Amino acid sequence: MKKEFNIIANLIKKDSKVLDVGCGDGQLMKYIYENITKDIRGLEISKNNVQKCIEKGLTVIEGDAEKDLKQFPISSFDYVILSQTLQAFLDPENVINELLRIGKKAIVTIPNFGYWKVRMHLLLKGTMPVTNNLPNEWYDTPNLHMCTIKDFENYCNKKKITINSSNLNFQNVFSELGIFLIEK
Amino acid sequence: MNKGEKVKNLIVDKPLKLDCGKTIVNFPLAYETYGQLNEKKDNAILAFHALTGDQFASGINPITKKEGWWSYALGPGKAIDTNKYFVICANVIGGCMGSYGPRNINPENQKPFGTNFPVITINDMVNAQYHLLEFFKIDKLFSVVGGSMGGMQVLQFVSNFPNKSRTAIPIACTASHSAQNIALNELGRQSIMADHNWSNGFYEENKKLPDKGLAVARMAAHITYLSKKGLQEKFGRKLQERDDLKFSFDADFQIESYLRYQGSVFVDRFDANSYLYITRAMDYFDLTKQFNGNLSKAFEKSETKFFIISFTSDWLYPTSENRDIVIALNAIGKDVGFAEITSDKGHDSFLLDVPDFLNAVKNFLNTSYYKKI
Repeated sequence: MKKEFNIIANLIKKDSKVLDVGCGDGQLMKYIYENITKDIRGLEISKNNVQKCIEKGLTVIEGDAEKDLKQFPISSFDYVILSQTLQAFLDPENVINELLRIGKKAIVTIPNFGYWKVRMHLLLKGTMPVTNNLPNEWYDTPNLHMCTIKDFENYCNKKKITINSSNLNFQNVFSELGIFLIEK
Repeated sequence: MNKGEKVKNLIVDKPLKLDCGKTIVNFPLAYETYGQLNEKKDNAILAFHALTGDQFASGINPITKKEGWWSYALGPGKAIDTNKYFVICANVIGGCMGSYGPRNINPENQKPFGTNFPVITINDMVNAQYHLLEFFKIDKLFSVVGGSMGGMQVLQFVSNFPNKSRTAIPIACTASHSAQNIALNELGRQSIMADHNWSNGFYEENKKLPDKGLAVARMAAHITYLSKKGLQEKFGRKLQERDDLKFSFDADFQIESYLRYQGSVFVDRFDANSYLYITRAMDYFDLTKQFNGNLSKAFEKSETKFFIISFTSDWLYPTSENRDIVIALNAIGKDVGFAEITSDKGHDSFLLDVPDFLNAVKNFLNTSYYKKI
């Protein structure tokens, strides 16, 4: 089990209603379903992953977070999770607004472009960083809007979004991932 | 054709008030069952057939001697596994495989009803089939499942009987029949009516059937069940048992020959008036309108877990129309899953060997069955 699953799951209250946006093959959903709440469903764009979620017995809706979140009413979930996909959206700001509209709280995780290995890569090698969390080359990366933990904090402050907690105490240099619990 | 011995019939002795205003009573409902109902009676699935289907969903149809229409999906070890589940499938009223329909005798004149049979709706079909639950003393079904018009019946069933099924799988369907689909159905009906033998629907007395009209209706409809890509790949411009064009109106192309064959075998198993009545029922189907324009209201009282499925190449009941049902359910926070399956086989995909589709149904049913809260 990935360490981040544990951190995310610990942010969720028992038996609450959860939507996992971009739920992938359902690993995180399955963990939350088995340990935290049965009332969880996912939204996933990849047909292959949708099949994997169905295999696991999870409720999944095939769809595109950039278009299909609008069908959910205001505050229809206690928590909306967006795990490591924010940077891949064409319009991440719109997605964050939608998360905060349909969820009472949102849990957002980002790969931290301010992580020291990323910084060192660019500094020493002079090429776009490639790490475990950012495995793609610049020409084939799905990541359109990379940001750092500090960038995300600044964004939330600017937009008056409350950060309730984040992992690893805002360590912009030493965290590969930023995990934020936010609400408006 | 003596169907008596091969067709199981439930005589529904309670009056059924139809949407058209008429009431029918003591009418036959032909059904078939697959698998065994368990002691707890919690493993029953009601499967609904599409326009030209019947109760013989799986195995060899005893009337036509051909494979049942859902043999790929339903049977022992299949996606809808009859080793685990008890599946009931009934012929819709208005149909021609033993349920009450236009071929039945009109008590008023002792002649076949023909077009004096009352116009029926999807709602009427579902209300008639509900009697099967009482007959088998099933309090709650495990699932209701069906594609195309079968999917419409699934939606209507959950709306009419919100807590009578734990799960529901509407496949390749719509909550509101589109103008394009009404148009295509009208094309089929006009083709039947243009056949001189149709005689305003009273052809049974003349012993001459409107086979040509019915065959053309089937040919036109059959095209709509496929996709352009599927047709091109299967037939292209291939010629039928000839080296060159014959400069005539023979079936030069394989696709022509194929369609003619489909039309000719269809008339052997289907009744022209039933085709009129059932297509009419589909056209009248508008669950959204039944709830004053708010489809969500159709499902408000339901605790049923939905799994909606569409196919990429289905242009008859496209993904967008299936997704509208998902949206209506999400708008009221109901438990709904949705998958669009990649297939070049068009609307017919739900009847064919499409592994992603069959796996999804199998996994959804099996995980839902054991996941009892």
